[in-house]
Amino acid sequence: MIEIGLSHYLTVAAILFTLGVFGIFLNRKNVIIILMSVELILLAVNINLVAFSIHLNDLAGQVFALLILAIAAAEAAIGLAVIVVYFRNRGSIAVEDINLMKG
Amino acid sequence: MILQAISFYAFAAVTVAAAVMVISARNPVHSVLFLILAFFNAAGLFVLMGAEFIAMILVIVYVGAVAVLFLFVVMMLDINFVELRQGFLQYLPIGALVGLVLLAELVLILGSWAIAPDTASRAAAPTPAITETTNTHAIGQVLYTDYIYLFQAAGLILLIAMIGAIVLTLRSREGVKRQRISDQVGRTREESVEVRHVEPGSGV
Repeated sequence: MIEIGLSHYLTVAAILFTLGVFGIFLNRKNVIIILMSVELILLAVNINLVAFSIHLNDLAGQVFALLILAIAAAEAAIGLAVIVVYFRNRGSIAVEDINLMKG
Repeated sequence: MILQAISFYAFAAVTVAAAVMVISARNPVHSVLFLILAFFNAAGLFVLMGAEFIAMILVIVYVGAVAVLFLFVVMMLDINFVELRQGFLQYLPIGALVGLVLLAELVLILGSWAIAPDTASRAAAPTPAITETTNTHAIGQVLYTDYIYLFQAAGLILLIAMIGAIVLTLRSREGVKRQRISDQVGRTREESVEVRHVEPGSGV
């Protein structure tokens, strides 16, 4: 318990990942919280990558984490822009109302 | 060593608690603030692991840009969040079920997996000793050489995201006065200056 190793970090990442997935189910009506849950999931993935990178003495994991950070920022920007446009057009961002395409 | 353990448990506990608050807070503004707290503590975990560069980038990019973006959107849109919270508990059982199954699977993987003994010798980019170079320096040395194409691709994706966000949200409104530089520059002396003879005492 005192010796902090790889598995400790992996456990934290697993809990964070599960919380992110749980958050998507829990807040099914609020797109903004769903996007935040996705950010939590990406954070968990980053913790995993960096933990393995440190454990295996391989810098590639940290480079990957860096790229995931960039993708997460792009995804958040695009997602929020879509939300803003949708709100302007429909006056609501409830997920249930997004059914114009009847998919 | 004991200090490391205490720091790890503190950072990990606050991160997980903040993540719980992110998905369960009543007010989305509070959710965003707890998200910022979670990111800060995750950055602490990264520092603890020895990945300082990623930790600082996490603080700059996530807290400085993404979380502030979330905050702006939450405050900008006039949304009835009480309405959005209806049926909050309706999805709790299925969500809890999926979450538990997922966590059980992750724990099973965590318990049963082992790293191949010769993995360390096959590292794609072996980390130099900390006495030789710092973490940031080492990342820079591989990021701009071996991973230059991925780096460029990330930049391209950010550019596309920026253009996409601008294209999506830009709108031309009626009745807004704009500066037209070509018209300003294209003015001639004849059409803009007029010489008049004013009689004394009569005014223009």
